[in-house]
Amino acid sequence: MGGIVQFENVGLRYGTGAETLSDVSFSLAQGAFYFLTGPSGAGKTSLLKLLYLAQRPSRGLIRLFGEDVVTLPRARMPGFRRRIGVVFQDFRLVPYLSAFDNIALPLRVAGVEERDLETPVNEMLAWVGLSNRATARPATLSGGEQQRVAIARAVIGRPEILVADEPTGNVDPEMAKRLFHLFDALNRLGTTIVVATHDVHLLSRVSHAEMMRLDQGRLADPTGVLRYPPPAQAGPAGQAGRA
Amino acid sequence: MRLPLAASPAERRLLPEGRLSGPMPWVIAIMMFLMVLSAAGGLGLAQAARALGGALSNRLTVQIVEADPARRERQADAALAALPRLPGVRAAARVDAREMKRLLEPWLGADVLGGDLPVPVMIDVDLDSASSRDVAAGIAVALRPLAPAAQVDDHGRSLAPLARLIGALKWLAALLVLLMGAATAAAVALAARAALNTHRATIDVMHLLGATDLQIARLFQRRIALDALAGGLVGLGGALLVLLLLGSRVAAVGSELVGSMTLPPVAWVVLLLFPLAGMALAMAAARWTVLAALRRIL
Repeated sequence: MGGIVQFENVGLRYGTGAETLSDVSFSLAQGAFYFLTGPSGAGKTSLLKLLYLAQRPSRGLIRLFGEDVVTLPRARMPGFRRRIGVVFQDFRLVPYLSAFDNIALPLRVAGVEERDLETPVNEMLAWVGLSNRATARPATLSGGEQQRVAIARAVIGRPEILVADEPTGNVDPEMAKRLFHLFDALNRLGTTIVVATHDVHLLSRVSHAEMMRLDQGRLADPTGVLRYPPPAQAGPAGQAGRA
Repeated sequence: MRLPLAASPAERRLLPEGRLSGPMPWVIAIMMFLMVLSAAGGLGLAQAARALGGALSNRLTVQIVEADPARRERQADAALAALPRLPGVRAAARVDAREMKRLLEPWLGADVLGGDLPVPVMIDVDLDSASSRDVAAGIAVALRPLAPAAQVDDHGRSLAPLARLIGALKWLAALLVLLMGAATAAAVALAARAALNTHRATIDVMHLLGATDLQIARLFQRRIALDALAGGLVGLGGALLVLLLLGSRVAAVGSELVGSMTLPPVAWVVLLLFPLAGMALAMAAARWTVLAALRRIL
């Protein structure tokens, strides 16, 4: 079975409690766009954590970029994480760093030289409308501005997968529209995008997006389309990118 | 390959650096102060032990304790003639009258020495080997028929308890340096853990962005190394000041034994290297602590 991400019978349990995710199986096509929806507490954030390797599952198999990441040695995790962009629900900006330095962080972690940072970071700042806030620290930014910095940080490394947890929760409708244009542009360049949201208005913004619905830790997939996605269901770029 | 303390301005900004602002540099300064003093004490004692050993090993003194001056001189001459021929004896020389006067004057006064007070004849004997105890017994036996008033004084034996005490104090000083080094490493480990907890959120984000454990450890390592170097230099400065003051007091005592506790140039070099050694120790402790803590998270 192809796909950039594969989950097979994945279960996640925190401590000794009940399973947060149960028997989750799906396959994400490379270059496709997915919305992950479901009520609060359904397990969306937990599923995203598994996707961006912040957590290992309690059971089941997860394959990322064709490799089993459940048994992946810790030393190889950074290499996989650099291929995934994440927009956290709570932004997780580094409080001591300016907007510029926060956005530059993934590039610096990846070892990009300082002289090669300035242009892409400034372009990204301009794109999210924060050129005049480059030196501002997160504490002095509004919630919306922080979110835009978090999104810029997630996409600056041109990740192969972009995972966003409620990315438009703190931005106005106009900015939300621009952000989705950015996601769409990235998607057209081949990035697989997974956006967790319970904002139903967003779902109509990307016409070719696939919907994943979680409820009480289980993925609703009555037709099996998420588990075995036909090539036609991925986004425009994804169709070309799939094996 | 990057130097351990090399970091870009951006990396330096990643963790706020307040030099000498937290307690860690001051803890290290105090530890370094005590370590340098202990090490100086140990090195001074080692020097004293060497001086004592050099002065006393392979040497003994024969005293001719005879009240009658004529008999004393006869026995002294006989002993001086016999001693160089005895096995294990390299040379024998009589301590001259002027030297005897210099030695006894502080105790008996100049006037008494010029009078009728019988002063023993003293003969310094240099031995070939270190087995002075056996040689001393042989000399005593050999001299008995020639100079019945001869008494063999084996300095090595009489001062052996002092030499053992100095040796024990030297090792105690070394042990203190090791213990304080271990305490410093423990303090650094605690500080590193505290810093990890303080910056946990930043570390989590860096991890999720793909930072390796070594990249993260290097940030802490560099910061703690600089704190340790600053603290170490402060501690070394204080300790050197104390050593210089003590040196002037020791010189004023005028005792040969106490005066022999000087620090040779190599010892000063060793002491000056302590802050660097402390920094290396702190870096190693910080690196080990941070890497061990990071291994517990995914």
